[in-house]
This record gives sequence, structure tokens and C-alpha cells, in this order.
Amino acid sequence: MKIAVCLKQVPARDWLPRLDDSRTALHDRDATWETNEPDAYALEEALRLKERYGGEVVACAAGPARVVQVLREALARGADRGIHVDDQRLAHADAFVTAAALADAVRGEDVDLVLTGLQSDDQGFAQTGVILAERLHRAHATIVMEIQVEDGRVRVKRELEGGWFQWVGMPLPAVLTVQSGINQLRYATLKGIMAAKKKEIRTVAVELAPSRQRVVGLAFPGKTRRTRMLVGAPRETARDLVRLLRDEARVLP
Amino acid sequence: MILVVAEQRDGTVNRASWEAVAAAQVMAGVDATAGPIVVALPGAPGNALDAAMNDLSAARVAEVLAIESLALDVYTADGYVAAMQAAIDALSPTVVVFPHTYQARDFVPGLAARIDRSVVTDVTGVIVVDGHLAFVRPMFQGRLAATVVPEGPVPHLVTVQAGAFPTDTARGDAHVPAGHLAVTVDRSTIRQQPEPPFRDTRQAVDLSKAERIVAVGRGIREERHVALARDLAAALGAELGASRPVCDGGWVPMDCQIGSSGQTVAPRLYVALGISGAIQHLVGMKASGVVVAINKDADAPIFEVADYGIVADLFDVVPEIIKALES
Repeated sequence: MKIAVCLKQVPARDWLPRLDDSRTALHDRDATWETNEPDAYALEEALRLKERYGGEVVACAAGPARVVQVLREALARGADRGIHVDDQRLAHADAFVTAAALADAVRGEDVDLVLTGLQSDDQGFAQTGVILAERLHRAHATIVMEIQVEDGRVRVKRELEGGWFQWVGMPLPAVLTVQSGINQLRYATLKGIMAAKKKEIRTVAVELAPSRQRVVGLAFPGKTRRTRMLVGAPRETARDLVRLLRDEARVLP
Repeated sequence: MILVVAEQRDGTVNRASWEAVAAAQVMAGVDATAGPIVVALPGAPGNALDAAMNDLSAARVAEVLAIESLALDVYTADGYVAAMQAAIDALSPTVVVFPHTYQARDFVPGLAARIDRSVVTDVTGVIVVDGHLAFVRPMFQGRLAATVVPEGPVPHLVTVQAGAFPTDTARGDAHVPAGHLAVTVDRSTIRQQPEPPFRDTRQAVDLSKAERIVAVGRGIREERHVALARDLAAALGAELGASRPVCDGGWVPMDCQIGSSGQTVAPRLYVALGISGAIQHLVGMKASGVVVAINKDADAPIFEVADYGIVADLFDVVPEIIKALES
């Protein structure tokens, strides 16, 4: 079982987005970066499938030089090798461009399964995995919560809305987008970090596809409610809140 | 033509589809060249499709159209991509609007890639930029709103976020003409084999009927601290809910999850403890009456939907609220 996992590097969750002077892009030079959370679950699932069925896990990331860090972390957690699609223009690319770049990187690898997260925490397109499947001419399923492999096929539990689920079968090779919470994440061990130093990260260059959307403005969204902020010491704000809920909002029993 | 692609289950058109109709009406309103609006409903011929078409014919649009193939009896990504590719070929719309449901997320990007056209997902607003439709969508889990211009030839595909477009205008007074478009979908090209949908667990608590809810998020930090949220819920006479990450960690049962993949709630009082307010959570709770947000991060999006906000460490404030409630 050979599995490719596509990982995106995104600004850390506690980073406050700041706009650059053009107001169409982010000033992210001061950001700290991490692996997109659903992608981390996809990697964990790939490692578990390898433990169950044997094979190889190849971690892939598309972006500027900084994204090598998420590949190093993936190798430390147990991926066997990495592929870095290196291009500065991939830093803010749309899902079409990113998926095309990843497809070019994965195409020659002859993998049975491609896993990635269902969407990214930064741009949130929820497109890349599905476009990647189309580019690779492979069957796909999205928002996957469980994966079973047998006899050249994969059977996955898809999350539907409102607490509903559905099993879907399809032939391998396939592309799956993984939902957060599909498993419990493991952390890199010191041994894993040491072993990662000997693992290969191959850098590839690809021709970028034309973009299919362009950001022409960024703004902080307007408020939908008038918020009364309560300030002061914890005891005072707590008493204020209870009084307001009781006397002004009248929502206490 | 603006083509809206509706969804039905068991003969009923879902709310998200009506919101997509409302979004199309906004598009037609800001760009007079974009209309008329046609609503398409993919499905297999039969009673369920007929019932849903009857429902849809109340839409305030030019026409409703069943996109029919026997291969659409159950949803598959491959079947829907093939059917919608054929429908787009036949109808030549300039914009195709879908609700941003889990079903649309499963096939619309694939459809866009198949026909090599732009798709803008999770749209919350529509404006005109340089004479063309442009779309507002969230980034960074709702912390930013991006204005996005689709590039390349039409049609441009758009998915519409749940709750972003009020449905007041979606229905008109008269029934509009209902048509049929038979499309060819070769069953042998459908690779997905779906099994019937099921519910994983019986929902222990129906949070949708709760008067008061205390919801706990990532800010609770550790499983053992959930007890503090339970104590607050008890003091308020509230049910306990949670955001997705807390349920993912197994700290609170999955069926207490509030948000797009869990329950949608509208209690009179909603207290959000350590919840940042990712859009997936907000869509599940923004219809609540009074919202209280307690979060260390003053920039957390949860404050955008809060009536009362406290920027503080919840571990400092919540014990004091419990004391104040008990005194």
C-alpha cells in the first residue's frame, strides 16, 4: 500500500491576520506556521493504514521554501519520504493551481491512495482534494471518518450533515479528503526526529496552471450584533453578567 | 442565465437550496445582465422528484427544471458531475449556484475541474467589480472576508454558505413553469458505490430544543476542565454543548457537537466558553437569542455574534459566575 499525503502549511491558529498595504493580501512575514489541522489527521490516518497493511507513506507539500518544515515534521512522525513542490507563487495560489501542482508531483509515484484534509484553516476552499482526484482521473470521497481497504477497493465512512453517515465503496487508486477527529494524533518522538534527518525530501518544479480566482479585497467582517463588553476584575464582570442576564436580557430561570 | 442547482431528500427541497435561490436573486439584482434565473433539480424520475419539483415551482424565478437520469437515484459524485456537465452544456448558464452543503462540497470542485471553470466556495455576499459579478467569502475561519473575482471563461460556479442569504424573497405568489431535461449518465462510469445513510448514535440530548446552552471550545484546554463547564451549565439550568475540536478529542460526546457537522441550535441563552467562533460553529448557533462569549482572545470571531462579551481567562471568570448565580 503506497499512500501519498498532501499537507498544507498554514499560519498558526493564534496568529492575527494583518493586511498588507494593498488590502488584497496578508502581511504574513511575521506569522508562525504549522500543518493544516485536517491534513495532520490525514497523515495520521496514512501512518495507521501503513501499520495495518504495510507499504510506504509519501508526504507532499506545495509552496515556498518554508513549507519544508511541515514535511520534516511529517517525516519525524513516521512518513518515509517527502516531496516538495517548490514555487514562491504557490504561497497564495488558488485550489486549481495547488491541486494541479500536487497532481504533477504525485502522478509519477503510482500510489494506491492519496489522502489530504477536507479543507484548509486559512483559505478554506474545500476544493483541493476533489480537484486533485479529477486531475489524476481517480475516484474520490470527501469528509471521511473511517477507511477500510480490501481486495483492491476502499470502503470509507463519509460524514453527512446533522449526525448522519454513509459508507461508500470505490476502486483503488482513490483520493480521500479526511475530516478532523478521524483518529487521535500521535506526536513526533525524539527517535522519530533523529530518524527523519536521514529521510529524503525531493524538491520538484512544475509548470503552474492558470489561476481560476483572484482576491481583489480583504476586510475584517462587520459585526452582526452590538456587543456589550464587560470589563473589570473577574468577580465584578461575573456579577455584572449575571445581573444583565437576569434583569436586562431576562434569560435566567 | 443563472442556474441554481437545488437538493432534495425524500421529496423535500432543503433550506440551503432556497438560500441558493435567494443568492441568485441577489446576483440578478446587482447585475441586470446575469438573469433569468432557472432552478435545476437533479434526480431520478419518480415520486420524490415530482414532489420536490412541485415544492420548487413556488420559487420566484423564470423556470424550474428537473435534470433527469435513472443513474441519479442515489447521490454519487461521479453521477452528479456527469449529469451537471451535460446540463451546463445544454443550458449554457453564465453562473451556476449551489448550496455549500456536504453534498455540493463532494462533487462541485470535481465538476469545475472537469469543465475547467472557476468555482468560488462558501460565498456570503455578492457585489459587482468592474462590471462583473464578484463574491465575498470568509477566510481564516471567518476572521477575514475576501472579495473574489472568478477568472477564466463562464460559467462560473459558486457555492453559497448556509444562513448567508435570507429566504424571504425566494418564493413568489405564482407557480412557475416546470420542465424536464433528460441527461445521459453512463452508470458504468460511476465509481462510487454508496450504502444507505445512517445515524451513528441515538442522540441522547436534543439540543435544538434546549432553552439554555453552555458550549465549550478548545479554550477549555484539558478534558478534566470540562467539569467546570458542566458546573456552569448546572447553575444556569442549561444543557452542555461543544465545538468540534472538543468532541474530536473525545472530551464531550460527539452528539453534543454544535455546528455544521453537528446540531443546529437556537436557545434563548447561549454561553460560549473558550470558543473562537469558526464559521462551522457559528452556522450552528447564530440564531440563538442572547449570546455570551468568554474568550481570552479579544479578536476571536465569536465576539462578532455576541451580545455580551468578556475578554478573560475562562478559568478566572467562570467560577465567579457560578458563585454569583448561587448567591
